[in-house]
Amino acid sequence: MNQQETLPGLYDPSVVRAACGVGVLVDLNGTKSHQLIEDGFRVLVNIDHRGARGSEEKTGDGTGMLLQKPHEFFAARVKGLGDFDSYGVGQLFMPRDYGLRLALEDLIKKAAHSEGFRVVALRDVPTNNADLGRSALQTEPVIKQVFVEPLASLEPARLDTKLYVLRRVIENRAKALLAGSAELFYVCSLDRRKIVFKGLLSCPQLEGYFPDLSNPLVKTSLVLLHSRFSTNTLGAWHLAHPYRNTVHNGEINTLRGNLNRMKTREAVIASELFGDDIEKIKPVTSEGMSDTAVFDNVLELLLEAGRELPHALRMLIPEAWHKDKFMEPRRREFYDYFSTIIEPWDGPALVAVTDGYRVAAVLDRNGLRPCRYCVTKANKLVMASETGVLAIPPEEVVMRGRLKPGEIFLADTLERRIVPEREIFETLTKDHYGQWLKENRVRLREMEDGDEPPALDIESRDLARYQGVFGYTTELLRDLVEPMSEQGKDPIGAMGNDAPLAVLSARNKPLFNYFQQLFAQVSNPPLDYMREELVTSLESHVGRQHNLLDETAEHCRQVFIDSPILTASAIAAIRRLDKNGIRSAQVDITYPAGMPLADAIEEMRGRAAEAILGGAEILILSDRGASEERIPVPSLLAVGALHHYLIRRGLRTRAGLVLESGQPCGVHHFCTLIGYGADAVYPWLAYESIVRMMKERLQVPETKKALARYRKAVEGGILKVMSKMGISTLESYKGAQVFEAIGLNFDFVREYFQGTTAHIPSVGLDQIERELIETHERAFSDKIAGSLPLEQGGEFSWRRDGEIHQWNPFTVGKLQHAVRTGDGNSYRDFAEYINDQQERLQTLRGLVDFDIDPAGSIPLEEVEPCEAIFKRFSTGSMSFGSLSREAHETLAIAMNRLGGKSGTGEGGEQVERFGTERECSMKQVASGRFGVTMNYLVHAKQIEIKMAQGSKPGEGGELPGAKVDETIAEVRFTIPGVGLISPPPHHDIYSIEDLAQLIHDLKCANPAAEIHVKLVSVANVGTIAAGVAKARADAVLIAGDSGGTGASVKTSIKSAGSAWELGLAETQQVLLANNLRSRIRVRADGGLKTGRDVVVAALLGAEEYGFGTAALVAVGCIMLRKCHCNTCSVGVATQDPRLRAKFPGKVEHVINYMRFVAEEVRELMAALGYRTVEEMVGRVDRLRAREVRHPKGTRLDLSQLLYRQPSEDTPRKTKEQNHKLQSKIDHKLIEFARPAIERGEAVRVSMPLRNRDRTAGTMLSSAVTRKHGAAGLPDDAIVINFTGSAGQSFGAFLCRGITLHLEGEANDYVGKGLSGGRITVRKPAAAGYEAAANILIGNVALYGATGGEAYFNGIGGERFAVRNSGAIAVVEGIGDHGCEYMTGGAVVILGKTGKNFGAGMSGGEAFIYDQDGSFRPRLNTEMARAEEFAGERDTALVKRMIENHYSYTGSARAKQILDTWTESAKKFVKVIPEAYAKAVARYMSEGKDVRLNPPPKAEELRAA
Amino acid sequence: MSENHPDGFLKHPREAIAYRDPAARIGDYKEVYQETWEEKRLAAQGARCMDCGVPTCMGGCPIGNIIPEWNDLVSRNQWLEALERLHATNNFPEFTGYTCPAPCEPACTLAYNDSPVAIKSIERAIVDRGWDEGWIVPEPPARRTGRKVAVVGSGPAGLAAAQQLNRAGHEVTVFERDDEIGGLMTYGIPDFKFAKFRVARRVDQLSREGVAFRTNVEVGRTMPLQTLRDEFDAVCLAIGAQQPRDVPMPGRDMGGIVFAMDYLVKENRRQAGKEISDPVSAKGRNVVVLGGGDTGADCVATAHRQGAKQVVQISINTKAPPERNSGNPWPEWPLISGRPTPRKRAARRNSASIPSPFSTPTAMAM
Repeated sequence: MNQQETLPGLYDPSVVRAACGVGVLVDLNGTKSHQLIEDGFRVLVNIDHRGARGSEEKTGDGTGMLLQKPHEFFAARVKGLGDFDSYGVGQLFMPRDYGLRLALEDLIKKAAHSEGFRVVALRDVPTNNADLGRSALQTEPVIKQVFVEPLASLEPARLDTKLYVLRRVIENRAKALLAGSAELFYVCSLDRRKIVFKGLLSCPQLEGYFPDLSNPLVKTSLVLLHSRFSTNTLGAWHLAHPYRNTVHNGEINTLRGNLNRMKTREAVIASELFGDDIEKIKPVTSEGMSDTAVFDNVLELLLEAGRELPHALRMLIPEAWHKDKFMEPRRREFYDYFSTIIEPWDGPALVAVTDGYRVAAVLDRNGLRPCRYCVTKANKLVMASETGVLAIPPEEVVMRGRLKPGEIFLADTLERRIVPEREIFETLTKDHYGQWLKENRVRLREMEDGDEPPALDIESRDLARYQGVFGYTTELLRDLVEPMSEQGKDPIGAMGNDAPLAVLSARNKPLFNYFQQLFAQVSNPPLDYMREELVTSLESHVGRQHNLLDETAEHCRQVFIDSPILTASAIAAIRRLDKNGIRSAQVDITYPAGMPLADAIEEMRGRAAEAILGGAEILILSDRGASEERIPVPSLLAVGALHHYLIRRGLRTRAGLVLESGQPCGVHHFCTLIGYGADAVYPWLAYESIVRMMKERLQVPETKKALARYRKAVEGGILKVMSKMGISTLESYKGAQVFEAIGLNFDFVREYFQGTTAHIPSVGLDQIERELIETHERAFSDKIAGSLPLEQGGEFSWRRDGEIHQWNPFTVGKLQHAVRTGDGNSYRDFAEYINDQQERLQTLRGLVDFDIDPAGSIPLEEVEPCEAIFKRFSTGSMSFGSLSREAHETLAIAMNRLGGKSGTGEGGEQVERFGTERECSMKQVASGRFGVTMNYLVHAKQIEIKMAQGSKPGEGGELPGAKVDETIAEVRFTIPGVGLISPPPHHDIYSIEDLAQLIHDLKCANPAAEIHVKLVSVANVGTIAAGVAKARADAVLIAGDSGGTGASVKTSIKSAGSAWELGLAETQQVLLANNLRSRIRVRADGGLKTGRDVVVAALLGAEEYGFGTAALVAVGCIMLRKCHCNTCSVGVATQDPRLRAKFPGKVEHVINYMRFVAEEVRELMAALGYRTVEEMVGRVDRLRAREVRHPKGTRLDLSQLLYRQPSEDTPRKTKEQNHKLQSKIDHKLIEFARPAIERGEAVRVSMPLRNRDRTAGTMLSSAVTRKHGAAGLPDDAIVINFTGSAGQSFGAFLCRGITLHLEGEANDYVGKGLSGGRITVRKPAAAGYEAAANILIGNVALYGATGGEAYFNGIGGERFAVRNSGAIAVVEGIGDHGCEYMTGGAVVILGKTGKNFGAGMSGGEAFIYDQDGSFRPRLNTEMARAEEFAGERDTALVKRMIENHYSYTGSARAKQILDTWTESAKKFVKVIPEAYAKAVARYMSEGKDVRLNPPPKAEELRAA
Repeated sequence: MSENHPDGFLKHPREAIAYRDPAARIGDYKEVYQETWEEKRLAAQGARCMDCGVPTCMGGCPIGNIIPEWNDLVSRNQWLEALERLHATNNFPEFTGYTCPAPCEPACTLAYNDSPVAIKSIERAIVDRGWDEGWIVPEPPARRTGRKVAVVGSGPAGLAAAQQLNRAGHEVTVFERDDEIGGLMTYGIPDFKFAKFRVARRVDQLSREGVAFRTNVEVGRTMPLQTLRDEFDAVCLAIGAQQPRDVPMPGRDMGGIVFAMDYLVKENRRQAGKEISDPVSAKGRNVVVLGGGDTGADCVATAHRQGAKQVVQISINTKAPPERNSGNPWPEWPLISGRPTPRKRAARRNSASIPSPFSTPTAMAM
């Protein structure tokens, strides 16, 4: 059963998102000491800010420590223990119920006995819970240790295996014993070598809670530490890390697919080490556990089965090897070979694991989590998510490093050293991997005969019949298939989705449409598949998989395909395949009309299993046999039904599934098919349709190209959808089921799509069958001459006889008439169309009604006035850039007059609007950070962090060069005519604790502003919202999937995210369940149109309401859906001056609209008996399901949507968040700087700094900017000299006039949003290592900087100066993806860069000191080019920058370069984006030099 | 850009198929429209359509023509596909392409603040091209259902019903009261607005598809409805309104006052060389036309062609504003002066205060 079926509401407590801080301490000499434990406590305190608190400050989200078994201590405590290697110790969470506990103790003894052990002792672990918070106390288990020794003595390795088996036996039996009980039994660890102490504690609590750990006899030479930030924590003691081997920071995006595959692999695992015991350990892992727990389970299996630690890690988390041109062949072969055995567990991750002697750590392929380490003279390793977590005098440090994307790290206490990665691979790579691949693997490409377009074997009349059978519409062909074959891209649309959900539609919708794509949001980042293409891959293996625990030549006997979208010749090759024993078999997925569909599916399943048992290793599921007599099973149903059936039978790994179907044609179709188990798809009818089209257009010779373009569009589309979820490779996207189902009933989902989150249960197999038969009959009935052969569709564009749209000629016309004339009747006509859905279902809110008792109604006059309601209204955040200036300002003025809010959107705002009526009170911070300066932030009343956008969640954006005019370029700090890219992720938010950091940064930048976080509704968004509340945001916005101006691919407009009703209800339920609701305000938007919409949102739990599209319609939008074309003929969404002149909107129109809505709200409030909106918020009990007549007779179950979550919390915000600003050092800085701020006197201050001092300098910068505006203070007015380790976001949004010098090191996000200030970081003079060879600052430095200077005397991490638009910076080396999407400024790099330099870079310049000529292959040449460094201006700029660098940091590298300038200058390579170069040249020809001037000379500044 | 010519309206000005010079056309009964059009120009006009998300033109079109799609096909020179797309919602696009007041055009999103797409011209061009190319041919059903349907009335609605029912396989007989098939298309609309061969060739198409026609049968008079009910499986009444709206006021019984349809039908019969009882001619007379709509306009134009001395048209409405007023928003039908067009020569008088009594029996009011 799926978990959610048993839930009364939408909140699924088993869904947890967590991220965290990780720490590792190793005495590389292998010396065990108690000191390491004490150090561990200190590290925990210093990474506490990466963890979180629940509703109580005293209850942490979990922390823990893994250490080596403290044998000395145990020997002193437990009688009769043998030597270290003779026993295992288990750390147990036991039920509080005494009887149960006794039963479990008995169970453990018996299990031990049956597995050949005896229990030496059961020890009560002393704990002190005096400091615990209430919720931790409520669920606190009894903690015990069990000591077991084998009846007959065993070799250590053998004992380890037996202990693993024993643990699984205990766990399995305990599960049976506790079935149905809420009591917790959990084995933290049961091990010979190590033990885990953990709990639902905050970091500082661990030490006090476990007095054992403070005993000097407790010694270890390694510890793993963890500080957890989780979205929901109730009763989550066991979810604390470390797991038995693992600590993890990040999230596994592909978990569902990994789990399913593990389930099916289990059937064939075998190992000599286990023998018959293998059955006892099953299931290896199971549902309902955290991603880390599952990962740990599988890792443990690999380790216990004999894999070396690094080997097991590299199997599960490989680096990005497919496209790495620098990788040595043997390493590639290793990855290539093991990719035939197991798919990557993909997602942002820092994983550190230990086997008790060695610690291995690995970073995900994208480098999305930070990991810094240093080694001391005493040979001690300190590794953590941050640097500076343990105070070590600089002279003690011998090296500083970081984990690079995909890098593996190994510290070995037996070998007493850090083993270099190269050496690790020497032991992992084997000659025979390459050999095996060569001999056994079949490359499909090599088996193909040419690549001809498929023959047109269907008569033109019949083609339409087939198109009809497979659900094609005219629109699908016209708006998707044809443009794809013309442009090679998934086509773009605009203005969101206003058509009903599949389940509400009167039309027959393909099964695909009931599935919505999930996407990464907050707890994991989407990927940038375009700019960071090197981490992605669509290649995969199809065929039989073998024993996970073994490796043989046989294992790679699979078919390699380079794309999941097959060509005609590829499917032909698969069909006739007979090589190396690989054969395919065809399974017909059509069935005779008249047969029940359920039977047809069962029969198909039977035939498939038979074929597999008969030796087929690839099944071709084909519906080519569809005809008047034979009905094709819907392709997604066929795939899901078979995939899950084969998993259940343990057969899934024995064959690949290739689908040959006429149904799929749009990107979303392919994504669902692959996501539910298809290995590859041959879309025969899509191809036929293109062939026909080319024939009709008399372009037959171009057919092959059209087909190739279509395939390219599909492939690009799949990559985009994968990336949205943060999944890099097709191998791990396959079967990952990253969808939610809306409107399918639970039985149906459980049988065919098990594990998928399902909402609003309704449609099942019977209705699908009815529609299938109807569609089939219609398609094969006689066509009436003259009629269109296919249905029109009308999904994307309104059609009179097509799908319903809320925006149609009637509603657009009525609303505009109403707001222009103030005609209330016209508004009522409009509202009635939207509100009255009893016979024309459009939205989920149309399915609910108010519970009105006339006796409780009140007179309208008693209801609070419109003015009070306007405060809760806002216009959605639509950027100046996508909207015209006229439209943008009209909305702003109107909302300011009403006392509501308007949002800037992500494009910044003209400075001259600040402080005027035209200013947007809500300023957005989006991934592009366009125009986000300190001055912008201090002018905000609300700052909105856009995590996702309704029309295209998980995606970035692009403002085409044509839309970037002078004004927009000025606001965005770029050059007119150069296109601008917003990255898919915020590069400073890859996980939830990063979001907490950004919230903190913005709060520091403007302590008076509320911080809002905008999320898009999707399954489990409530869980994310809980995380947002714990990250101390003031408000969270749940945006529906329907809204959205601007451009996005049609696939996203239609197929990603869900309606706000679902997301809002879930958010309310989760926040209440976790007692977090009172801490955060909730806003809803996404297609709100009427007062009724507002009241439904209020009752479901929203306090504020946003209007996007409706507000635009009020000012003149007529839903042309051409925003992306810059041709909006009414001047709303265009920058074309000719069209902007036609903008018809007036401030009054918006005001009239809002008043109409507010009046309608008031009327409903009077009827409901509410005097204020406040009283109404969260009163879901006043909603009930409405009697509707669904055109198909479908019934919908709304009980989960309307569930009343019991809670002790208030249903609305009643408390302020504690932003923890009181203790910031900035208060001192501001005090010191007062003479400068108030009187312009120069101020010089010195101060120590530690990693817990996050966002240092930002509040000071805010204070300066508040007083002095964008101009700031004179250069160097305030100079602060810090020493130590800077916490994250050092100098974020630092304004002009402030200089921060740091001697020491810094963490991630140095100089984020730098706004004119100066930052220098220098290696401590005493440090015993070379600056240019060691890491100095963390990842994503200078992200979104708009101006200022930065000098870094060492190496920076990944993504240096991403989206820099004006700052200049010098650094001595950087990681991957440097200067990505940069649009301005200048960067000088005096050392090596990582891969993919300058991706998406559209402006600015970079100068790389390319000492050994290795730079050029690392440049991404898509947009930028490398050129010789020459010319006076360049020389002057670069030389000045290096001189300053030397002056500020004393850099040895700078000195050496300056000393040999004539020679050195030749080694510089200049990188400049093509578009920028052109723009510069254009301006030069007009006599204007738009390039940066050299910065002021440091020496002179100092002298002054 | 993945869109169909979103910027076409910025590149091409509106250019509808023109009318013949009024001076030339007043002397004859030939169609007032320019006879030929240029393919390239029409394709450019098709490209003026930006294929809107909410094509209000389609909302304005009483028969729901999928206008953006055939605009696009014309812009791509796919005339045959355009004709198919047009025929899918409209059995006789030339009926509308020549005579429809084209409410789609004022509903066009470009009409919001500019000149609409020349939809009517494009419609006419598509169907003209269809006839010229011989693409419009009889398409009889592959199978007969064995059911019989009677359609009463052979106007555009009756003919369209007949064609659809027949193509669905039913055996259809059309009954017409008059001596010619076509209803208003034949006898109601003057020749100069719609040449009668256009009806004839459609009747021919229908006949070849298997539709039977019986003229001079007035159901309810010359044939009882019950007979149809007995002989047919279904009866479709497509008989139009038929009743003129009288203006009862003093002097109504005076001579020289005729209903528009009587006047226009007589003229049409005369043009067709048929016999006419009580002919009415405006030649040399002073004419007053009551009513400012299309029918009134036809009367004005007919009177001019008959050689009236003076024609005065009277509308019940005040003079319509030159632009929409606030109570008449886009995309509603605009109540503005200046449309429709074929009555350029007519003198007009607009008055809010009629009716005033008929008082001058010498004038012939029509």
